[in-house]
Amino acid sequence: MGNFSQLVYLVPLFPLIGFLINGLFWKRMPKALGGIIGSVAILASFCVALGIFFEVKSPDFHGPVIVTLFDFIQSGKLNVPFAFQVDALSSLFLLIITGIGFLIHVYSTSYMHDDEGMVKYFAYLNLFVFSMLLLVLGANYLIMFIGWEGVGLCSYLLIGFWFKDKENTDAAKKAFVMNRIGDLGFLVGMLLILFSFGTLSYQEFFGQLHNGGTIVPASTYNWIALCLFIGATGKSAQIPLYTWLPDAMAGPTPVSALIHAATMVTAGIYMIARSGALYSLAPMILHVVAIIGLATAVLAATIACRQYDIKKVLAYSTVSQLGFMFLALGTGAYTTAVFHVMTHAFFKALLFLGSGSVIHAMGGEQDIRKMGGLGKHMRITQITFLIGCLAISGIPGFSGFFSKDAILADAFSSNPVLYYLGAAAAMMTAFYMFRLYFLTFGGSFRGTEHQHHHLHESPAAMTIPLVVLAILSIVGGYVGLPEVMSEHNAIASFLAPVVTNFGEHHLSTSLEWTLMAVSVSVSVIAIIMAYTANRKPNFVPSTGIAKLLENKWYVDELYDAIIVKPINGLSNLLDKYTERRGIDGVVNGVGKTVRWGSDRLRLLQSGQVGFYIFIMVLGIVVLFSLSFFWIK
Amino acid sequence: MPVNSTHYLFLSLLLFSIGIMGALMRRNAIIIFMCIELMLNAVNLLLVAFSKIYGDADAQLFVFFIMVVAAAEVAVGLAIIVMMYRKVHSVDINILNRLKH
Repeated sequence: MGNFSQLVYLVPLFPLIGFLINGLFWKRMPKALGGIIGSVAILASFCVALGIFFEVKSPDFHGPVIVTLFDFIQSGKLNVPFAFQVDALSSLFLLIITGIGFLIHVYSTSYMHDDEGMVKYFAYLNLFVFSMLLLVLGANYLIMFIGWEGVGLCSYLLIGFWFKDKENTDAAKKAFVMNRIGDLGFLVGMLLILFSFGTLSYQEFFGQLHNGGTIVPASTYNWIALCLFIGATGKSAQIPLYTWLPDAMAGPTPVSALIHAATMVTAGIYMIARSGALYSLAPMILHVVAIIGLATAVLAATIACRQYDIKKVLAYSTVSQLGFMFLALGTGAYTTAVFHVMTHAFFKALLFLGSGSVIHAMGGEQDIRKMGGLGKHMRITQITFLIGCLAISGIPGFSGFFSKDAILADAFSSNPVLYYLGAAAAMMTAFYMFRLYFLTFGGSFRGTEHQHHHLHESPAAMTIPLVVLAILSIVGGYVGLPEVMSEHNAIASFLAPVVTNFGEHHLSTSLEWTLMAVSVSVSVIAIIMAYTANRKPNFVPSTGIAKLLENKWYVDELYDAIIVKPINGLSNLLDKYTERRGIDGVVNGVGKTVRWGSDRLRLLQSGQVGFYIFIMVLGIVVLFSLSFFWIK
Repeated sequence: MPVNSTHYLFLSLLLFSIGIMGALMRRNAIIIFMCIELMLNAVNLLLVAFSKIYGDADAQLFVFFIMVVAAAEVAVGLAIIVMMYRKVHSVDINILNRLKH
């Protein structure tokens, strides 16, 4: 194999160049060229990433390769180089990010072709991918943090891409603020690492954890792990910071696909998987992670069951799936979580791009109550969407089955209660996904006559990524076959040098088959329920619990009432009293006093030259007497 | 009565006082101007007297400086007074009060 790992800097470099070209010349550049530059940049990165992946995969590869570009911060004992780390975990993420990113770019060239800001859009998209690559490639927490902030910024720019609509900019601001709250946690965690261990580099930090080089109290591990986890809840949309993700639907649909599948939300999973050695030392925080993950999975799944916006359903399903990943992390199954990140990236990108295709055909309509019967008009979208639904529902043979089942098995071995709740969330997943599917593609069309004429299959630039992703959604699961099916779990052994599962329990073969059978059968039951419930859809205004779900448990309203309103009130109070009366009062008071004083003082300037001379003489006399009596 | 250095000091004081009183009490700009010159020359006299008392020539150097400066000042001052007379046909300082307040 070639020595690709030394070329790792090329992977983020190409998107950066693409961003600079598109970003600097977006006003003058023809749209098609902007799309081509953006896509080619990601394709080039993907090629390098592929080379790196195969190099890492080959048996000759020993340990992580650190590529130091330059000294970034050198101040006293703190020494942070700008370095990239190539190992199994980062190379896998590189493939996911650039591969799916490329498909989304290709899709976008068609989806955004009517938009006047298309070149700018591609510039943002490239910057987004660049930031995410920086995040996963960094060899220390600081580089990760730079990427971490970068994806936050890009999500803001892209969610608010259609900024002429105030709702979109509000959603962008919400995403940014929510992320910032999490980022603070990450920053504090990072500083704690620096204080306790004197380094930010993964190699040195995990090395010290491993051989106990630095003696710190056990609570330090807990605090660091907790702070980093708070960072992860912000970026990866977990309770309590998940509310930005559903609102992030305000952006163009391919952006949602990018945020949900390839970049951004997987950052939290990546960070915790990367810090697996730390979390294994903080079992208490692992429980917190598992509980938060499970709670998020269940809560988001319940909300998704009663949403009518095609993208909102998918958004809540992402939140729910991320919850599953955190559940896996919390039970110590880091590789399983990464596995689910990968399969989820395939089918969630597929589902979002599929929904984009539907929205494209419907002329911007996102309400599934006005869809129905679209399958006849857009066969490719329908079939690929169905594959995505089957994959996310965990039907055997599709990728989601393997990863989700592995998570549930890990949950069961950790604590059966986690399993039961997780299985319930999985059941709801199957229900809401097929509710979405049947309402969109089944039955008869419920929209306007005008929309009905307009229905058409999307162009090839949009359907080809769908087909590629559909194929990946099917075959993507076979890299992580469960123990009972195959001796060789490709993904676990691939990741083994970097992360290994913590506190692994082995279930008996029969128990594992049973668990599998249970989760599959609940999914099938849920699909049948979804079919019967939505064969003749009638959309009466919901009441009781359904209304509660439709309004997302009123979480946004709750946050508004307990956080936003009091802060606004406090700000108003400070504005009124501290700012206007206090600070402004002092400043204006000084001005007024000076003015009043000078009003009096200027009367001295009487225009009588004799008087001036008199004052001058008087002054001289006073000075003389002063120097005579005081200053010896 | 022999004239000694102290007499010069008193003469200088006298001249200076006359200068101050003149500058304070007169309204004619030219008179005031002359009073200022008188004060300058009183100081010159004082400096020379001290130079004599202490046997130090430094003070005499200052006298020359003051003379030069006074000559320049006379040139500027008289020019101002001439211009003022052309404008208002008077050299009374009390009518020069248009810039008050």
